[in-house]
This record gives sequence, structure tokens and C-alpha cells, in this order.
Amino acid sequence: MFADFDFDVIVRSLPYLFFHGMAFTLTLTGLSLAGSLVLGTLVALMQLSSIRALSLLAMGYVNLMRALPLVLIIFWFYFLLPWIGQWVTGASRPIQVGAFTSALVTFTLFEAAYFAEIMRAGIQSIPKGQIAASQALGMTYWQTMGHVVLPQAFRAMIPLILTQTIILFQDTSLVYVLSIPDFLGAASKVAQRDGRLVEMYLFAAAVYFIISFAASTYVRHLQMRIAVVR
Amino acid sequence: MNYHWNWAIFWEPSPEGWGSYADMLMSGLYWTLATSIAAWIMALVLGVIVGVLRTMPYRIPAAFAYAYVELFRNIPLLVQMFLWFFVMPELVPEDFGRWLKQMPNAPFYTAVISLGFFTSARVAEQVRAGVDALPRGQRMAGTALGLTLTQVYRYVLMPMVFRIILPPLTSEFLNCIKNSSVALTIGLMELTARARSMQEFSFQVFEAFTAATLLYVAINLVVTFGMRWLEKSVAVPGYIGSSRT
Amino acid sequence: MSMTNGPETAGPETAAPIGRALEPAKTVAPMIQIEGVSKWYGPIQVLKTCTTRVEKGEVVVVCGPSGSGKSTLIKTVNGLEVFQQGRITVDGIPVGDPKTDLPKLRARVGMVFQHFELFPHLKIIENLRLAQMKVLGRSFEEANAKGLKLLDRVGIKMHADKYPGQLSGGQQQRVAIARALAMDPIAMLFDEPTSALDPEMINEVLDVMVALAKEGMTMMVVTHEMGFARKVANRVVFMDAGEIVEDAPTDTFFGSPRSERAQAFLSKILSH
Repeated sequence: MFADFDFDVIVRSLPYLFFHGMAFTLTLTGLSLAGSLVLGTLVALMQLSSIRALSLLAMGYVNLMRALPLVLIIFWFYFLLPWIGQWVTGASRPIQVGAFTSALVTFTLFEAAYFAEIMRAGIQSIPKGQIAASQALGMTYWQTMGHVVLPQAFRAMIPLILTQTIILFQDTSLVYVLSIPDFLGAASKVAQRDGRLVEMYLFAAAVYFIISFAASTYVRHLQMRIAVVR
Repeated sequence: MNYHWNWAIFWEPSPEGWGSYADMLMSGLYWTLATSIAAWIMALVLGVIVGVLRTMPYRIPAAFAYAYVELFRNIPLLVQMFLWFFVMPELVPEDFGRWLKQMPNAPFYTAVISLGFFTSARVAEQVRAGVDALPRGQRMAGTALGLTLTQVYRYVLMPMVFRIILPPLTSEFLNCIKNSSVALTIGLMELTARARSMQEFSFQVFEAFTAATLLYVAINLVVTFGMRWLEKSVAVPGYIGSSRT
Repeated sequence: MSMTNGPETAGPETAAPIGRALEPAKTVAPMIQIEGVSKWYGPIQVLKTCTTRVEKGEVVVVCGPSGSGKSTLIKTVNGLEVFQQGRITVDGIPVGDPKTDLPKLRARVGMVFQHFELFPHLKIIENLRLAQMKVLGRSFEEANAKGLKLLDRVGIKMHADKYPGQLSGGQQQRVAIARALAMDPIAMLFDEPTSALDPEMINEVLDVMVALAKEGMTMMVVTHEMGFARKVANRVVFMDAGEIVEDAPTDTFFGSPRSERAQAFLSKILSH
């Protein structure tokens, strides 16, 4: 049982786990968050657009992404991206796409579907009068959205966006299926090499738990504060 | 270089020695459904119990339920599967651990247990939210009539809670189905794993993934329409979903 | 300690039907006795040593500005709100005593809420049957017959098979009264029964309450309906800031309220 629990293997691999593994996880989380927020907002605007083709396209995208397991989507893009790259660049053969790029594109496109749903709800929560008032002032569609609707929608949705970000942070562990050394991948590598599965997986679980729990506790406080202000 | 499409691949024999590639995917579909339905039943039972405990006017059960939800919600599902699959057998008495490791179908049982616990925490949150969404007076009215706490939950609160949380439960069930694919990491040959091995054997990657995609979409449609039918058939006449304040 | 409606049956040898009586019965025990009750929410005191009583067959109206603690006070009577100090007895049974079987006590005290609180997933008649069967152990037939009789009495019998959401507020509140009466209560508590109603529906509910009072039901009523108070109340209790400021016979209260706070309240509420 715990008798031969080897703390030392954890201590020894700390630099590798954090400077490589966790750094990768956080970079992937941060960049996909930025990308999927922007893309998700655009998709939400498309969904709400009065141009039927646009809204159907956006809804189809969101529903398809939400119907599929993330693992399958990771595989999809891993194999699809080289061909898309060939098509875009006009190269003669499928181009090489690094595992990081592949993961980044995957998470951006996947999470965009979820952020689109959040932003759509946020935009719809803004009273119609706000749009009418902006238009009465002579603002264009993009001015109305950019200066009036989106800032309010974004603020109202911050707790949901943060909660989804915590999910994104946890989901990045799935790049394990591409054998990329993110935090879990790094822990797993050490675990296999040193035959220390118990220590490494328990440690990885503890680290994920502490980060996610701290973040979700913060979100809950934020939510309560917002609820009070309203 | 161009990709060679070959949609007839599904009818070619699989390298496993029995059936075609299509049969292989169907077997994957079977394990996806078996795993997620078994996990869902477990999640519903545990989730309802834990969710109800969280809303009890007693401190210790509520604290236990809070810890339960936070524990299973804040560790990635993949890590939880590794814990149940690799770590748990090492931490139990040796004989039991050996038995666990040699158990046939170990990936299936492990997947059900980890997915069940993971999903139960999310179901518990929905149940809690559902109870909180009911007007406080409902609990009081039941209590004032002399119903015991158990009776208040059974006859007054839970019938409404289940109706209120049916839509979020639908998406949790869909999540449960999708999340079962994480179990391919511990060797469960579910749908995504089957599509992946078909790709490895046949090199027809896009045919394999397209088939898996269509199957997942079909599952989604069936579940969504089924739940919508259920929602309609248990709807309360004259009741508008929102709670009054 | 009287268990039946006859006033002569009181006596120490009469076993209390529920809980246990801590003292020998008095000759004329009040139905509801509230003695020095205080309650805190954290550091905030919401009830300040409140003392009053409701005799058998008496109608007592509790009024006062919002936030004065009147709703909290009436909810302490059947133990829906706990209190930290003082003593409340209902028909001689101490409410705050941990040994008291509260569900059993509550089953004998009817309560009507501001927001009706009918159970939305149950038909009207099912709302009336539920506690009769689950708490009192009555048979389906008995509970059903009793339910229909009471629905008839409040004029809702034709809606017995509808759901609460299909009825108007006034109708729902009459059903709620019938639901409480179906338990054969020894007393009825009303917590602002007309405050959530549209004005045109208030009278249909008050009519039922007046009829109930005239039949001799013991009633404690939190309400702003001063017309109702004048018509049927034996006494009026006026509360402000968690205190019982005035507790007087109805005529005295309306004729010559002693406290300034009650005078101010009355002039505000009766000014139009």
C-alpha cells in the first residue's frame, strides 16, 4: 500500500512536470481560450443573424461540435489538418502539422461551439431597447454590437465563461491521446519510466484538483458578488 | 498526392478475424451504449442522493455532499479513469488488487465506475439547483401539513424537481455518452476506439471517422427526441417553468 | 388539556394525544400560547420577547408594517421557524420541545400561505388527499369524500380534476384553505392570505375566512385587511420591529390605540 510510497520521484520530476508539462497545458488553455472566445462570439452573432444561411450554418456547426466526443474531434483534426494545409497552401502532399498546432486548432474550434452558446445567451439577455436606442443614435450594426451589446453580454456571462474555461483546462488533458507531454502526459511519462504510477497519477490528480477547485470557488464568489450588485 | 476514398471499406472483412469493418464499428457502438447507460444509471442514483443531501437542513450530510461534488468535478475524467484503473488496484489489499487486475472486461467496469462517479457529481448539482429553484414555501406547505422531511421530498419537492431538471439532465446524459470515449485510454473498445483502429488497419481514416460521427449524431437525435417526448408527457398543465418570487 | 370540543372534558387525567404535557392542564387553556419568544438571525433579533395567546374559538388578527416580524411569529407557532428563547404551546403541547412530534402537531394546525403553495404537479383533489392519506392514514375513499366536501364548501368542486396552474389566484387560495381544513385542524394560521391576490379576488377568499370564523374556528391571521379584522377579530395584535406593541380587543384597538406607532400605522393604512 502506502508503505513504499515514493515522494522522491515527485520531487525529482517537479521541474519537468511544471516547466514542460504544466507550461504546455496552460499555454494551450490560454491560447485556445482567446481563440475560441473570439470565434465563439462570431458564431453567436452568426446564429442570431437575420441572414438565414448564416444562422443555419452557425447552428449546424455548434450542434455538430456539441454532438461529438472531444476525443473523436481531436483525432479528426489530427488527421484532417495536414490535408487542409495542403489544400490551403497548394502543396503537392499533405503538410506536416505539429502536435501543438493540431491541439490548439482542435480546442479553439471545439470550445468555440460552447462559447458560442454562452455568448448567444448573453446577447439575448440584453434588452431589445438597448439595440433600438443605439440605432436611434445612428450607430451601425458593428458599432451597436461592439460598443453596446457585446460589452454588456460579456460582463453578464463572465462567470459562465470562467466555468467553461475550467472545463477547458481539464479537457486539455485529453491531448494525452496524441502522446503530447502536457501536464498529465508528462506525469504519465515519468510514471511509466520509473514504474511509479500510483505516486504520479495521485499527484497529477491533486494538482488538477487544487487548481480547478480554487478557480471554481473564486467563480462562485464572483457570482454571488454579481448577484448582490444586481 | 490525393486521398483515396473507398466507401466500400465497411464491407471488407476486418483484420480481427470475424465480421466486416462495419461489424467492428457496431461492436464499438454497443460498448459505447452499454458503458454510458450503465454509468448513467449509477450517476442518476448517486446524483439524486447526493443532490438531495446537499439541500437537507442538516449540516453534516450537506457538507459531505459538497465535498463529494467538488472532488469528482474538479479532477479531469481522464485522470479519474487512470486513478481507478492503475492506482486503485495498488492501494487495496494485494489479493484483491490482483483479482481486480485480472478481471475480464476490466476496462468496461472501470469506465462505468469512473464515468458514473464523474457524472453523478454533475447530476447532483442539477438536483440541487432544481430544489433551490422551487419556491421555499413549497417545503413549508408540505411541512405545515404534517408531512415528514422524507415525505416532503418524495411527494412535494422531487416530482417538480425532476420535471424542472429534465432539459439539463438530457444534456448531462449526452455528455455521459460522449465522455465514454475517454475510456479508450484504458483500453475500452468503444465507438471512437473502433473508428481509430479501423483507421490504423485500413488507412481509410476519413471514412472511419465519418461513420463514427454519423453514429454519434444519430445517438444525439434519438436521445434528444426521446427526452423531448418525455418532457411533454410529464408536463404539468398550467405550470410555467419559471419559479415565482 | 382539552382534546375535544366540549369545554368540560378538561382534566389532568386526560392523556395528551401527542407529545407530552409538562404541566397539569389549566381550567381554561388557551389554544395557542406564546410566552416571551425571541428569535435571532445571526446577530439580528427578529422577534423580541413576544407574548400573546389565542383562546379556543377566538380570532386574532396580527398586523404591522412589513418587516415587523409578524410572518415570522406566526410560523413559530407550528415550528416552521425555530426560536431561541421563550415558550409556545399549542393545545398544551410545547412546540419548541425536542420530544414533541412536530409532524403530528402540524397535522392538527392548518396553515394558509401568502403564495397558496398548492403542489403544482398534483390535481386539486390530489392536493387535498395527499396529507390526509400520508399523514392521517385515511383511506382513499375517505380522503376523497372529505376533499370533495370541502371543495364544495369553498365553491371549487367543479375544478377538482384541474391542476393548480389552471386556476385563478383566488381559487387557488380557497383550495389551499380547503386543503388545510381537510386535516380537521384544531386551529388555523393564515399568513397574509390575500396579499398576493389581485384586488378583485380578495373578497372571495375573505368570505370563506369570515364563514370559518363564524363557525367558531380558532384563527390567527396575519393580514392588512382591516375590514376583515373589524368584522370578525376578537383581538388585534400590532407588531413593529419584532415587538408586540399592542394587544387589544378589536374595538379598543381601532377606537383608541394607545401607542403612537399603532396610531401612525392605522392612519396610514386607513387614510383612503
